[in-house]
Amino acid sequence: MDTRDATIINQLQGGFPITERPYAEVAKTLAITEKELIERLENLLAEGLLSRFGPLYHAERLGGGLTLAALHVPDEGFDRVAEQVNHFPEVAHNYQREHHLNMWFVLATETAERIDEVLTEIEQKTGCRVYNVPKIEEFFVGLRFEL
Amino acid sequence: MGLTARDQQLVAAIQGGLPLVSRPFAEIGARIGLSENETIERIQALLADGTIKRLGVVVRHHELGYRANAMTVWNIPDDQVDELGRRIGGVNFVTLCYRRPRHLPDWPYNLFSMIHGQNRAAVLHNIEHLIERCGLKAIQHEVLFSRRRFKQCGAHYIDAPPHQPVVARMHSPSEGQA
Repeated sequence: MDTRDATIINQLQGGFPITERPYAEVAKTLAITEKELIERLENLLAEGLLSRFGPLYHAERLGGGLTLAALHVPDEGFDRVAEQVNHFPEVAHNYQREHHLNMWFVLATETAERIDEVLTEIEQKTGCRVYNVPKIEEFFVGLRFEL
Repeated sequence: MGLTARDQQLVAAIQGGLPLVSRPFAEIGARIGLSENETIERIQALLADGTIKRLGVVVRHHELGYRANAMTVWNIPDDQVDELGRRIGGVNFVTLCYRRPRHLPDWPYNLFSMIHGQNRAAVLHNIEHLIERCGLKAIQHEVLFSRRRFKQCGAHYIDAPPHQPVVARMHSPSEGQA
């Protein structure tokens, strides 16, 4: 990744024109060609620096459910429980964190009702109490890095 | 929910990413039987009503060198949480800031903020700075560093026809976005 790639990432985290030739428009502001912009995006995706180039949806507005939940998993059973939790297709992210509540995962389901069902299934399967902490209010939508 | 069948098709068609071609909306439209103009109008409408929060690149922070992240959680009196949430969310190295429920007595924290950095020291430095800047000295907090990432993939919102790849990912959120 070079400085031009960084500029592209910084600019395109902020949005994308919804017009007939959006790449050409963005390329113009960066003083590169449309072809170069497209090739650089292909490379950044291929190298895994970008997970994708597309929309972030408001899951609840699509009718889906979204939540963050935590477990306390005893150290000796951690890998087994991680496997059990990750096995659910609704689990989108899962992180081990340094805390008594040491496993934190994001659930995304196609219906809002499905959240509680999956959390109950996870509790039954793992034998760990689930702490469900759904979003009440959002103060920032960014997830934006200045490179 | 409020989405028409056609918008659902559109949401499914772009959830894996926009085509990297000169006229991406013409290509998306062709897949689902919309003209380029109709596709552009519907996407603009979905952005305007907030169904699409944003369209653009979604980075993999770990691969970009942001190898440490800390979910920093705060126990803020209920009558201050809106004000402090807005203040914390407005700081540029805070990537996510949500109010969430407490689970007393085990879990007293009601505000969650995600703070990334090149390494732990950078993250901790940012948290100190945040406490200074937002007046959080009296607020109980904890810093939950991530030790391992097991999974960062498929939030899958709407079924696409089987011939279309569906690889919707959420940021993450951070990652961690939920």
